[in-house]
Parts: sequence; C-alpha cells; structure tokens
Amino acid sequence: MKDLVLKDSHIAMGGKMVEFAGYNMPVTFAGLMEEHHTVRNDVGVFDVSHMGEFFVTGPKATELVQKITSNNVNSLFNGKIMYATLPNGTGGIVDDLLVYRITEENYLLVVNGANVEKDWDWVNKQNTMGAVLSNQSDDYCLFAVQGPKASDALQGLTEINMHDMVYYTFQIGTFAGVSDVVVSATGYTGSGGFEIYVKNADAKTVFEAIFKSGEAQGIKPIGLGARDTLRLEKGFCLYGNDIDDTTSPLEAGLGWVTKFVDGNDFIDRDYLAKQKEAGLKRRLVGFEMVEKGIPRQGYDILDMEGNKIGNVTSGTQSPSLSKGIGMGYINLPFNKKETEIQIQIRKKTIKAVVVGIPFLK
Amino acid sequence: MAIPAELKYTKDHEWIKMDGDVATIGITHYAQGELGDIVYVEVDTEGDTLDREETFGTVEAVKTVSDLYMPLSGEVLEVNQDLEDAPETVNSDAFGAGWMVKIRISEPSQLDDLLDAAAYEALITG
Repeated sequence: MKDLVLKDSHIAMGGKMVEFAGYNMPVTFAGLMEEHHTVRNDVGVFDVSHMGEFFVTGPKATELVQKITSNNVNSLFNGKIMYATLPNGTGGIVDDLLVYRITEENYLLVVNGANVEKDWDWVNKQNTMGAVLSNQSDDYCLFAVQGPKASDALQGLTEINMHDMVYYTFQIGTFAGVSDVVVSATGYTGSGGFEIYVKNADAKTVFEAIFKSGEAQGIKPIGLGARDTLRLEKGFCLYGNDIDDTTSPLEAGLGWVTKFVDGNDFIDRDYLAKQKEAGLKRRLVGFEMVEKGIPRQGYDILDMEGNKIGNVTSGTQSPSLSKGIGMGYINLPFNKKETEIQIQIRKKTIKAVVVGIPFLK
Repeated sequence: MAIPAELKYTKDHEWIKMDGDVATIGITHYAQGELGDIVYVEVDTEGDTLDREETFGTVEAVKTVSDLYMPLSGEVLEVNQDLEDAPETVNSDAFGAGWMVKIRISEPSQLDDLLDAAAYEALITG
C-alpha cells in the first residue's frame, strides 16, 4: 500500500485512513454528512493524488488519443479538457478519464487510481503509431478544491482569474508561488471548483497555502466517503461500480462522450455504432426509494411482480435529499422515468421509482 | 468517551444493561464512530425469540450496513421507536437514548461470556 505525500497532514487534521486503490487514503474527517454539506455550501479539499497522470507527446500524440478515446479529440483546443471513455475492444470500458490538450503534441490523460497499471498497459499496447508516452502518476499530487466558494478561496494564490475560468478548461501557471501548476476547472462533486495538479516536491507548500487562503471561506478537508455521495447525487459514473469492462458506454448513458463523427476512428467505433442502431437492451438509470431503505451495489432490481430486471451499481442515502438514491442497469422498457420498480434489500422488497439524473438539480 | 463501568459488552461492539431478566442492548460509542453518520436502524424482530449470535436487525450508515447480533438468547420485547425518525441519536448518545432493543433473556449463564468495561476497553484500544 502506498502513502500519500500529505499523509501526515491528513492524520493531523483528524483523517480516518483506509486503503483505496492501493493507497492509504482519508475516508472521512469531521464526518461524512458534515463534509458533504461543506462542499455543497462552502468549500472543501480532497487529496485525490491516487489518480494517474499519463503524458502523450510527439507528432503522433493526437492520433493515439483519437484511437483510444470515445470522445472527439478534434474538438479540443489548447487549454480545453474533455471527458471520455477508453473502449476495450470488446464493447466494454477499460476506464473513464479526462483528456487535457496542452498543445496538439502534448496531452495529459488523467485516469482512475485503481486502474493506473491496467490503463498504462492498454495505452502502450495501442500505441502502434509511435507516440511518446510517460507515466508520471507517482510524480504528481492532485488536490480537488470543490464547492461554490472555491474561486474566492483560491484567488489570492494566483494571477490566473479563477472566477472567469470556464468549466472543463485549464491553465498552467504560478500558484501559491509554485510554477507550472495545472489549475483545472473540473471536479467530481457537481458543486463547482478546481483540481490542482502539483509535483510532489511542491505539494506540501501548495496544500498548506490552499488551507490558509481559504480560511475566510471556512475551507475544510474532505474524505473519500463524501466524494462518493457528492458524485452520486449528480449521477456521475464511478468506474468499478457503474461502468467496467462489461458495460457499454452507450448503455451507461455516455453516448454524449462517444462521438460517431467523421475522422473519429476510435476503438470499438463500428461495434458501438451497430449496437446503437440495433437498440440497447439495458440502460443505466437513476432511481429513488419511495419507501424507506438504502440501495447498495449488487442488490437486485425487480419489477412490481418480483421478476429480476436489473441490478444496483451504486447506492446511498443522499445527504442533500435525505432519501435513498441509486443507479443501476435496468432492462428495457423498465428504464423509462416514473416506472415503479422494487429493490431487494436483504429479505425485503422495497418500492422505488426510476428518475432522471442528476438526482440533485 | 469513557466506557460506562455498569454495562457489559461484546466483541461485536454492543453494550448490554441488565435489569432483572431484561437486557437493554445498543451499540457502543466506539461502534457508532466507526460506522459514521447513522441514517437507518431497522429492527423487525419484535416478539421473536432468537438465539445468541442471531441477527435481530441492521444499522445503516451512509456508506455501510451492519448486522446487529443478539448478545444473549431471548425474546425481543421492545424496539426503540424513537430511532425510526431520529437514527442519529445512536451517534449522539450511543450508551443512552440510542439503545436499540430490550430482550428477556432465556439463558442467564451466557452473561458470564460478556466482557466487562475494562476488557472491552482493552479490545478497542488493542
């Protein structure tokens, strides 16, 4: 198990540490509920340094990125980010990721921490055209500063205009006196904010500066537990729960990052185009509990007669909505909004209803 | 938080308070801290007679669900109805208002197997 660079700081701030993605990571500080509301209402900081960073450079960089990602790399410009999947060649998903275009010969791919090795092997295997690849996952720390007060909390640390940054863009600049920091207007909470990429050697300086700068906004450390409830309320997919090597990006509702446009010749394009034309058999949907109960990953989804029609991939008690919410794959036509369904919770069947995502508007 | 000396404990982090042959059962302060924010306590065994180690209910935090085990054999007499609307009471007052069930014990000899406060404290400070 690897330690985060800022491990001692997390423990000093009261972090409860657990193993996740091969790292010893803080799962909670003040308590999941409180941390969740801190991000929704104010601003909080996640250390998500377990995430992987691959650089793709050279004249063949664009060609490789186009081949491996479902989204359209040609829509990017310098400073622009896209969300995408890595199709796995058999209709499933190797991972989901963010693609940063620094220049047309320099891309940063940010992948899930649990998949760094698998993704690295996959990307190298696909690199038949000779792009230059560099895995710098162990060299970077990543701090997600999330919440409506994130711009105010961070503005004092940089010349970059934090308030004017457009969602899914980034700038590389001086931040907290440290040069070459990647400041990205992205996140996994749906509450706005930034993700800050910094080299390990400067991580402590930047981390401490963020907390000092955000004092007036009541900035607080946030653990992985709240990260999961925050993303689920917004219906963001979690790799390993909602998407994996057996789920199609189309079934998962990721058609919006699976672009069948001219010139975007990605792995599985033909397969997925045929799947789209033939019609899907199941879809990832959101549902809310009508009766009291909390859905959990792996629970069965039943129709009102008790026949199994799907399975839960993520579920929790929503701290913002104070009810059980979940996502899962459901056979058509039960995927339609307002369809009444049941969730098998241990020995009981509990009523739920299919709803639109996000749960929290 | 101090571990009340007058209670008995199990390695499953439950506490037991005896009054005649009636045992009040809850989870310890340590257990609620490990679970985090408790959002649901489900006990549907009222009136049932259960053996020691059988499940009498479940407690759910935002991220986890845990079974509740009978620390002693007996009949479930009463369920703490206040937890239906205020499950967070288990977090705020684990050893008091956050109690979960009262049971009439059927095998008093099992009391000898419970931990006293010192033994339980040794368990959690390990």
